[in-house]
This record gives sequence, C-alpha cells and structure tokens, in this order.
Amino acid sequence: MDQLDYFSVSRRGVLASGAAGLAAGSISPQVAFAASTPAGERAITMQTVSMRINGKAQTLDLDTRTTLLDALREHVKLTGTKKGCDHGQCGACTVIVNGERINSCLSLAVMHEGDEVTTIEGLGTPENLHPMQAAFVKHDGYQCGYCTPGQICSAVSVLKEIADGVPSHVSAELTGPMEASNIEMRERMSGNICRCGAYSNIAEAMAEVAGDRA
Amino acid sequence: MKYTTPAGETVIDRQRVVGQPTTRVDGPLKVTGHAPYAYERHDVAANQAYGYIVPSAIAKGRVRSMDLAEAKAQPGVITILTTTEVDELPLGMGHTVPLFGGSQIRFYHQALALVVAETFEQARAAAKLVRVDYERTPGNHDFHALAPDAPLVEGSDGPDVSKVGDFEAAYASAPVTIDVTYETPHESHAMMEPHASIAAWEGEKLSLWTSNQMIAWSKQAVAKMLDLDPANVRLDSPFLGGGFGAKLFVRVDAVAAALAAKKAGRPVKVMLDRPLVFNNTTHRSATIQRLRFGAERDGRLTAISHECTSGNLAGQEGENGIAQTRLLYAGANRYTAQRIARLDLPEANAMRAPGETAGLMALEGAMDELAEKLGMDPVELRIVNDTQVDPETPNRPYSSRMMVECLRRGAEAFGWDKRNTTPGGWREGRWLIGHGMAVGFRNSVQMKSAARVRLSGNGKLTVETDMTDIGTGSYTILAQTAAEMLGLPLEDITVTLGDSDMPASCGSGGQWGAQNSTSGVYAACVKLREDIAERFAMDPNAAEFADGEIRAGGESRKLTEATASGEIVAEDSVEYDDLSQKYQQSTFAGHFVEIAVDAYTGETYVRRMLAACAAGRILNPISARSQVIGAMTMGVGGALTEELAVDTRFGFFVNHDLAGYEVPVHADIPHQEVIFLDELDAIASPMKAKGVGELGLCGVGAAVANALYNATGVRVREYPLTLDKYLDKLPAV
Repeated sequence: MDQLDYFSVSRRGVLASGAAGLAAGSISPQVAFAASTPAGERAITMQTVSMRINGKAQTLDLDTRTTLLDALREHVKLTGTKKGCDHGQCGACTVIVNGERINSCLSLAVMHEGDEVTTIEGLGTPENLHPMQAAFVKHDGYQCGYCTPGQICSAVSVLKEIADGVPSHVSAELTGPMEASNIEMRERMSGNICRCGAYSNIAEAMAEVAGDRA
Repeated sequence: MKYTTPAGETVIDRQRVVGQPTTRVDGPLKVTGHAPYAYERHDVAANQAYGYIVPSAIAKGRVRSMDLAEAKAQPGVITILTTTEVDELPLGMGHTVPLFGGSQIRFYHQALALVVAETFEQARAAAKLVRVDYERTPGNHDFHALAPDAPLVEGSDGPDVSKVGDFEAAYASAPVTIDVTYETPHESHAMMEPHASIAAWEGEKLSLWTSNQMIAWSKQAVAKMLDLDPANVRLDSPFLGGGFGAKLFVRVDAVAAALAAKKAGRPVKVMLDRPLVFNNTTHRSATIQRLRFGAERDGRLTAISHECTSGNLAGQEGENGIAQTRLLYAGANRYTAQRIARLDLPEANAMRAPGETAGLMALEGAMDELAEKLGMDPVELRIVNDTQVDPETPNRPYSSRMMVECLRRGAEAFGWDKRNTTPGGWREGRWLIGHGMAVGFRNSVQMKSAARVRLSGNGKLTVETDMTDIGTGSYTILAQTAAEMLGLPLEDITVTLGDSDMPASCGSGGQWGAQNSTSGVYAACVKLREDIAERFAMDPNAAEFADGEIRAGGESRKLTEATASGEIVAEDSVEYDDLSQKYQQSTFAGHFVEIAVDAYTGETYVRRMLAACAAGRILNPISARSQVIGAMTMGVGGALTEELAVDTRFGFFVNHDLAGYEVPVHADIPHQEVIFLDELDAIASPMKAKGVGELGLCGVGAAVANALYNATGVRVREYPLTLDKYLDKLPAV
C-alpha cells in the first residue's frame, strides 16, 4: 500500500466512525459525507448547527471546516470579532461561550451546537456601552481598535474568573480567594496581544471596573 | 495656505477644544465592534468571492510550471490567478521588487497564485492542492556573512558619507574614547490586522476597500501597477488595524484581489495569512553599528563616528541607523557612513521610526558606556553635549529644542537621583534592580495636506480628507481642530477619512500625520470662516467664532443663518516652503526605565517606565500619551524579545507567527508615565504642533538595555537582550 492510499482509506475510516458517533448523540440530522471523486474532487461536508448568538437563535448550514470565528464574521456577519492570526496566538478572536472566553479561531462552529455565544456586539452598543466598553473609552484602552473586541471579551471574563476563584500562574494560592490585582489581571490578559501597546491603559480600565464591582 | 513664516497668535491658541483631553470620537465604534475594517465590508459589494494566496516555498529561483488540475477540480473554486499568466507588475511606490507576476522568485512566501472560491474554506483547501515545480537557485541569506564586505551606500555623487572636521585626528588625541559595536535584529511590524483588501470592478473602474496608511500614494501606485487611469481607481480605508509602516505601500492583497476580481467577474476579498505578514511583506532590517567617541574628561564630545551596516534586496535603501547621530549631539569632528549588504531575504522597508529606532539603540547604549568610563551621570553627559543648532550646519538652528528640559523633568519625576549607581549592586530579595535612561529623538516632517469642510444647513460640520487613522487618533484631533476653528461643540463635527475621492492629505507615516493633517483642516477652516464672514460683511480677521455664532463689531449672527440657503463648502491645503531648510525640526524625549532581573534565572521584568517628551503643541493629551506608551511598549519588545530568526540555508524568517515572534504582552508592561512639556513650535506647523507618534519608540530600547546593564553589570550589545546572552555572567548568588 503506498502512502496516498493509506491516507485515503484512513480518512474514510475516520469519517465513518465520526458519523456513527454523531448518529448516536443525534446532534445533527444533516450531514453530507466527504469523498474523493476520480478527478480528485474532494466533496464538502456540510452540517447544520444551532446556537444562540448574543441571545438570538441562529441556525447555520456550514462547511464543517468553518471555524466559529469565520461563522461569526462571514456567515452571521458579526464582524466585531477579529481575525488577527487564525491560529490561537493573538486573542483578537476572543468570544464568550457558555460564560467562558475562548479563541473562536481554534474552535469549529459545528462544535457549538446548543451553545450560548456572546460577542463584542452582545456586550453593548455604541449608544449603550457595557461598563468595560465605557472604561476602555475613558482610559483609551486601545488605539487601532483591532484587538479591542477580544481584549474586552477577555477583560470581562477575567474579572469573572477572579471572582469565581479560578487561579492563574501568579495567584499566591490555588484555592484561596483572590483579588483583581494589577499583576493578576495582566497575567490573565496576556493571551490578548495589543501591538499598539495600550496595555497600561487597559489595566487602568479593568481596575476601574473591578473597583466599581467590589 | 502656503506656510512660509511662523504663525503669530491664532484661533488654535485659545485651546478650548484643541489640546483638551478628549476621549476618541471613534471610541464607541471601536469598543463595540462596529468600526469596519477592510475585510469586513460585506456591505460595499454584493457576491464577494474569497481569495487565498499560494506562497512560494523557496526564497530564490523561478517557477518552472504549476499544476492546477487538482485545485481547479475542487468544489467551489471559481478561478485561479497565477503569477505566470501576467507579466511582472511595474513597481509601485516604495517597492523594491514586483508584487506579483512573472516566473521569477525573489523572496520566500512571494505570492505565486490566488485561488478564488465561493468560501474561505474552499479557497484555502484548494490552494493547498496547487502543485508548483520550482527551479531553486542559491541566494545570499546570511547578513552576518555579507556585512564585513558590504559596500558603502552610494549617493548621487559617490559614497553617501558625511564628514565634518577631522574625526580620526580628534579621536586619536581624545583623552577618553569608546569603540563599541552594537547589533540589532530583523524586526516585524506585526500589527494586529493582517493586510487585507476587497476588490470590485465596474467596467474600467476599480474600487479597493483596503488597509492602507497612505491613500494618495497608494492610489497612484495601484494605477501604475495595473495600468489604469488614476481617475478610475478608488481606495477606501476608514479604519486600519495598525500599520507601523507595513501599510505605507500597497501590498499583494490589493493587486491580487484586483486581478482576480477581473478574472472572476465578481468582487474578491483577500486577507494575508498571518505567516505571510512576516515573509511576504516588509520588515525592519538588522543592523551592525560601530560607534567611536572621543571626549574630554568633562564629557564634551570632540569626535563622533557612527557607521551602520544593514541589508536589503538590491535596489532598496537600508536602515538609516546614523540619522540621529548627525543631529543629536554637539562635537566638532564627525564621521557617519552607511553600508548595505545585498540580501536575498524579503524586502526591508520602513518600520515605525525607521533609522532612529535601531540607531538610538546603539548610539544611546554607547553614550551610557561613555558616561560610565567618564564616571559621569548619564543624564549630565547628554546635557553637556546639547546643541541648539544642526551640528553639521551650525547656521541652521533648531526650530525649538527642549532635550535638556526633557531630561531634567524626566529625571526629577522618575527619581533618577535615587537610582542604583553600582552596576549589579542593588538587590531586593531575588531581584537585581537597575535603572537606565536614554534620549529620544525623531524629526518632525512638513508634508502638504489638504482637507474639505462642509457646513450644512443644520449648523453641523463635516471634515473630508483622505487622511487615515491607524490608531493615532486622527478622527479625534481633526474633529477638535474643526470644532475649535468654527466655535462648534465636538458633537457637531463629523470626520470622514480614508477615501481617495477626498482631498489628498499627508497620510499616516513618519510621525508627520497629526501636525500636517490638522494643519490642512485648519487651512480649510480659515477659508470657511472667511466665506461666512463675507456673507455677513464682517471682517474675517476680527471675527470670533463661538457657540455656533460668528461675532464681530458688537454684532453676532448664527452660523445657521449663513447656511440657510445651502451648505457652505471650503477646501484648502497646507503647503510649506523652506522652513525645513532654514530650521532643523525635531522632537525630543527623556526615557527612564527601572528593570528587575531575576538573579537566579536571568528573567527580566520592566518595573517602571517614564518618558518626558517635547513635541510642540500636544493636540490631544490622551491620544498623544497613548501613542507614546504604545511606542514605549514596542521598544521593550525591541530591547528584550523581538527578533526575526533567519534560516540562512533557505532564506526565510522562521518564526513567522505571533508565538515565535515575541511582541510584548500584558504581563511584560508595567504602568507607564508620560510627561509632555509645554512647547509651541510655530515654525513646524500652523498648529504649532510636531509629530509624536514615533518619538516614544526612539531611545527607549537603549534605556531598557542600559537599565539591564545597571542591574546586572553585564553589557550586552546584541539585541534583543535575551537571557542566553548574559545568564552565565550574572553576579554570583
């Protein structure tokens, strides 16, 4: 068996077992299976996925390769969530799923059946800003604005993580109560790169929101 | 408005709006995700297809053939644009090599094809199936191997070197000398938004929604590359996700999207994959810089030599690391020269504060070494070498130069007198604490800039210019300028930017954006004021505009009376004459840094940073401060972590992503302090402002490095100062 054949058979095997798994969980009724034609055409696997995005029910029929990020930006046309690197290194695509922040570029949309997704557009509007959005404006916690939606989704989540007692690398204790200290917030925000360098101002914005909450 | 003589008192001087700490007018859009960036313009053209670039896997050679059969057979594929089907595109402004076309490969990740499909996933998958048959030729990829034999940069009449007095003689007789060589690595802009464009054709008319700093330049470049009448090219770039010089010039996303849109017969959108930002686009060249100083025992420099070697593809300039050395310090005998190694690496080009960023990392490190050798306070060494004139042309004064004041104010605010004075001698538990300083220097540049203002029937004013806001705060300072000039509240001003159909501005680059674009709006507003005054037979020079009214001679009229019969439009530009020849125009900073170095592991933590800056009128202290702290942050990266690693065998930057190319993150950056000195520079611009956007980066890298030396007693002259370069030399624990 040569190398190509090996991978070809292997791919079908994986897909077959995947289909069985889906059927057992009865997650989605509509799955079209990938296959190669003699001409080399590799068919697309489409799947329907339903989730709530910013409180609104959305049902999408997607190529299964579509990331949550691209589903939001290209299909739902919620372009507030940004693509900075498309492989989980910059944080610009951060959204909140079921109350926890994730890099939406590292997550396929079809994995989010039934999930509650909050994007930057769901936190507030220009006329009615979320307190964290207002604090970013007040403290100039941005410049070009491209990483900003991810920073804000992370910042909101970080304060919740601290309030929930989720420890970080710099937490003094793993189980004790923790405070929204400068270094605790900066450590947790470090997955969100800002090349304009607004970090010092973002820290001020977060401190204000954390202080108001306390 | 021809700006030939420095302005006296102007409307701007009352500073009711200009100069006030106003939060950004575009802030609510940015923090809610409603500011539209280039790739997000679903609204501008129907039926957009997705383009995905196939990049070259070799650094030099040519495409022998391309097999598209399998890629073309994939579902959703509309068309494939290949480099071999078009002639090499002519060079656009700023380009060293063609962006697209032909079979020749000159750098790794050069675009060879654009696969266009119905969806992003389809285009990406099909792009992986394009088979390219390469003919690879060896190239010169190793800067360090070529640097020793690099030739001098050629000027129009021989080598471009600068000599004043007799450096060699003065150096030989100086009682105290320094001869040190510093190195800086290749660096990447790494702005958060990759280059992106949407292209759509209507007949011969091309529209590009793109991410570009210099709209007027780039419109001309697109027209030239695609052989179009400039009147048939429109660029629109209202928001950019950063640029730092990477978006000064058109890149392949725009031209490939345009060519593919023509071929596909429908709009095409393209965003560069993040790895392509590093190798397909531009970077800052590495440098090797030799500095020699001769000084008297009181610190006064008698001999200054700075030689800088950098690298680039044939045909393009290098990194001008000696730029500031020709201007910053007094000294009768001077020599500066640049050498350039011709490399087969991606194109080096302008990155934020080109020249001074790398140059000051070396110059201000060498000054620190000289201060130590003299047993002198590094601040005082700079002060005794201050000059108020261009040292190469002493009859050419500075328009305003507050270097000494920056250093004194900065030192006082930082507590410099309480610094560590024994390198390696200050321990706090496991931490070695050090303090460092450096001077920041960057020129202020005069550039023509035009704008149009429209006062509508409801008394609200719109500013129209092709100026860009790359995070700099253009929207806000242009609105402040118009509000000040017409006596209107900020809420009544709308600013429209980035559209090439609007009057051509200076654009964003070289820290020339703020002072020139606001001056263009100032000029247009002067005209508008004259028009309004004439309608009421008032003297425009005596008229005051306030609270939505024009007042003169005891009479006051509402502006809405003037617009009752329709909107009033005024357009003008600021243009300069020879003020920049008569006066050296520059901005200054004193950078101060405190660093902690783990005595056991060598890890570094920047604990405090302070910059005292003089940059003329500060148009908005909030956005100006953000420009400075952002640049200081970039400087920390340049000092401690950022380096494009070259594979010298195959000729590419290996760490072409944001995990391997380490820019500073939140944990790396402490609270930062910025002090702006009161300064009005009427020679620099009608606004009496100078640039500030790059000043914050200039010198800060050296301040960090000098602090690291002060903390550890280990001098590292090869940036970035990663711990492998000093860990084994740290003081015993």
